[in-house]
Amino acid sequence: MVVKSEADIAAYVAAATGALVVRGGGTRSVGRPIDGAVLDVSAVSGISLYEPGALTVVAKAGTPVAEIEATLARENQRLAFEPYDLTGLLGTSGTSTIGGVLATNASGPRRIQAGAARDYALGVRFVDGAGNIVKNGGRVMKNVTGYDLVKLMSGSWGTLGVLSEVSLKVLPAVEDVRTLIIDGMTAEQAVGAMSLALGSPYEVSGAAWIDGAVWLRFEGFESSVAYRAKAVRDLLVGHGERRLSGDADWVQVRDAVPLHGAEAVWRVSVKPSDGPAVIAGLPGACTTMMDWGGGLVWIAQTGGDAAITHRAVQSKVATLGGHATLMKGPADLRAAVPVFQPEPPGVAALTSALRARFDPRGILNPGLMAA
Amino acid sequence: MEMPIPDSTVLARKIRVVERLRGVLPYDAVIDDPMETRAYECDALTAYRCPPMVATLPSSTADVSAILRICYEEGVPVVPRGSGTSLAGGALPTADCVILGVARMNEVLETDYDNRFVRVQTGRTNLSVTGAVESDGFFYAPDPSSQLACAIAGNIAMNSGGAHCLKYGVTTNNLMGVTLVQMDGTVVEIGGAHLDSGGLDLLGVICGSEGQLGVVTEATLRILHKPEGARPVLMGFDSAEIAGACVGDIIKAGVLPVAIEFMDKMLIEVCEDFAKADYPLCEALLIVEVEGSEAEINDQLALITEIAKRHNPVALRESASAEESARIWAGRKAAFSAIGRVSDYMCLDGTIPVSELPYVLRRIGEMSEQYGLPVGNVFHAGDGNMHPLICYDANKPGDLEICEEFGAEVLKLCVEVGGCLTGEHGVGIEKRDLMTHQYAPADLEAQMAIKDVFDAKWLLNPAKVFPLAVSQSRRGMPLAAE
Repeated sequence: MVVKSEADIAAYVAAATGALVVRGGGTRSVGRPIDGAVLDVSAVSGISLYEPGALTVVAKAGTPVAEIEATLARENQRLAFEPYDLTGLLGTSGTSTIGGVLATNASGPRRIQAGAARDYALGVRFVDGAGNIVKNGGRVMKNVTGYDLVKLMSGSWGTLGVLSEVSLKVLPAVEDVRTLIIDGMTAEQAVGAMSLALGSPYEVSGAAWIDGAVWLRFEGFESSVAYRAKAVRDLLVGHGERRLSGDADWVQVRDAVPLHGAEAVWRVSVKPSDGPAVIAGLPGACTTMMDWGGGLVWIAQTGGDAAITHRAVQSKVATLGGHATLMKGPADLRAAVPVFQPEPPGVAALTSALRARFDPRGILNPGLMAA
Repeated sequence: MEMPIPDSTVLARKIRVVERLRGVLPYDAVIDDPMETRAYECDALTAYRCPPMVATLPSSTADVSAILRICYEEGVPVVPRGSGTSLAGGALPTADCVILGVARMNEVLETDYDNRFVRVQTGRTNLSVTGAVESDGFFYAPDPSSQLACAIAGNIAMNSGGAHCLKYGVTTNNLMGVTLVQMDGTVVEIGGAHLDSGGLDLLGVICGSEGQLGVVTEATLRILHKPEGARPVLMGFDSAEIAGACVGDIIKAGVLPVAIEFMDKMLIEVCEDFAKADYPLCEALLIVEVEGSEAEINDQLALITEIAKRHNPVALRESASAEESARIWAGRKAAFSAIGRVSDYMCLDGTIPVSELPYVLRRIGEMSEQYGLPVGNVFHAGDGNMHPLICYDANKPGDLEICEEFGAEVLKLCVEVGGCLTGEHGVGIEKRDLMTHQYAPADLEAQMAIKDVFDAKWLLNPAKVFPLAVSQSRRGMPLAAE
């Protein structure tokens, strides 16, 4: 069912008698596979308000991210959290929507410095599992009026409600971008160098380890970027051969391009210094990369049994603290294992009680996040 | 202010409750003498006072768990308290409550520069978190004006902001994990030293829940390396409209200062008298601060002052030294106490879209005439978080009521123009009854559903956030006017 408006979403959800698969652009085939009627909100689309002077944009949930980014670019602004596009990794077609971005808290390399999608979400409107239209937050940058359901909806993968509209804080675009690259680094060496850089005053806006190279990004006014890149280059003396690049393609990092084509892919969030331990503990043949200074590990299976790797990754992460999500895998694997990191009992109890309140009939993407 | 009738069955069990609490806590951690419980009768919203039945001062998460378990079993309401600096009455006791004050829990538990976080007990003050790491060059970014006194516990409860959140965000953007004790004593760990949640973002809901979902005893906080330097520039204008237009142009130009603060003439005068920062006396003053190396600061300020000059400033002065910068900020951060020296006042905290600043300031001026009470304005101009300070005379009968009515009208205006009731102070009891102006019944129902999940008996921080009539059936208690 393609719905056209928030009122349509509410009516459809209220009248639903079984499971609904909530879909925006259809680019995120993540989670436990669900049998259900598709609720397609991609036609609930359009930018409702954009105030560059207030750094605010409000858009209906089905609005393509590309449309928002193009609109912002005309005013020399951007989405600071750098949402990734999963079509290449997952082999999906379609257009990533802003509702999908927020529902999955999709954030890219700049997350380490600037924050996640949830940190830029100012307000939401959504339809809960009973068909009620709910709003929370608003369109102003500071708002502590009542409980923060904006955060709760961010990263809830459509299991608590169907987003109909989101408002976001945006930031100015930058004049210049440079990347300091150090080739031939092990994961441990990479995290050491990245931690030094991120712990400096030089405002590193991306710190990744990709194809064995460390990438450190600097953004801002041209003279400032040059100054900070040089300062970090000097700071990292003794950490390998450092070269400055003006054309490093951060989409490679954002969208995990080196892992495209793999059958099974995990996205792991841990304390940055634990990144190398996650990689070292992998049982099968894998390709890996790190973002967020080591705090985000991308793993792609290149040989061996994905189910064994899955268990190994999630149990390793359980001991380290953090979470591992199977972002891509055969449907039978996703149906058999906890795709999202199992939570400790106390947290799991709160989570399931919240689900029961927001979706009492259990019809919104039921089981998608089941752990 | 309407408050629930104290539960007489709870009051009747005071001796038993105190005995049980003394069974799990040292003698001096349980305060039941009415002379001493009066110390907890209010927070920084001093217009409302009510001594609690008992106050407790736990030293550990285990203590907090034991206190909450006892109160849960006894059906006793609990009011969590950090340092008691809430401007919204967020820690106002009820007569039948147990105060749970975390002031004794102020240790730094873990410092990790490689991973850029600290883990602290939440009774620790905001400024002393920075104090623990600044000798190594690091700081904790959220900086509410009360940062010398306010506790991390209260910062988390209210999702506190500060002058520098334009760049660094508010508490929720700098909070990575918490140890939460639920009302029944259950301890859960949420988040940690890693980023983002693998499941539902419970951390995001707990932050800003005004102590109504659980008691946060430990927190993992993001720390950052201090910038190489920072420098504010003062800009004076002939009107708030011109200052507002200048702010818009600065933001649109792509330069993002760490802070853009606004003061009107009344506040300039009282803050100058207090801090001797040599503020230019004018209708509207902006303090704009940028950070970076010396050269970066010069570049950014050159751009900013060029923009300012297009708006015909009556004053334009960069800070010439670290001492001068400190005085400039001391004046701004002391704004509330400075005005408190000359008048009783009520501090509002609504946020509006920045484009509405001139209109809202004009309307506030008109209302000031209409209600016959002077208003000073000081606020975070970059993000539209206003702080109108309405002056009144607490000794003049009826003045507080007029002031409250005036304040309510201002906050309704904030909502009307697309803003909200509170940007960083929280709802507390102060804005509780205005919640229906911002939220429809279904919106409040969704928020209360969360409270139901975390605190089914509705015992934690009673009578805050939700209008009593809206929450009545959940609390199962009768209403009474005070």
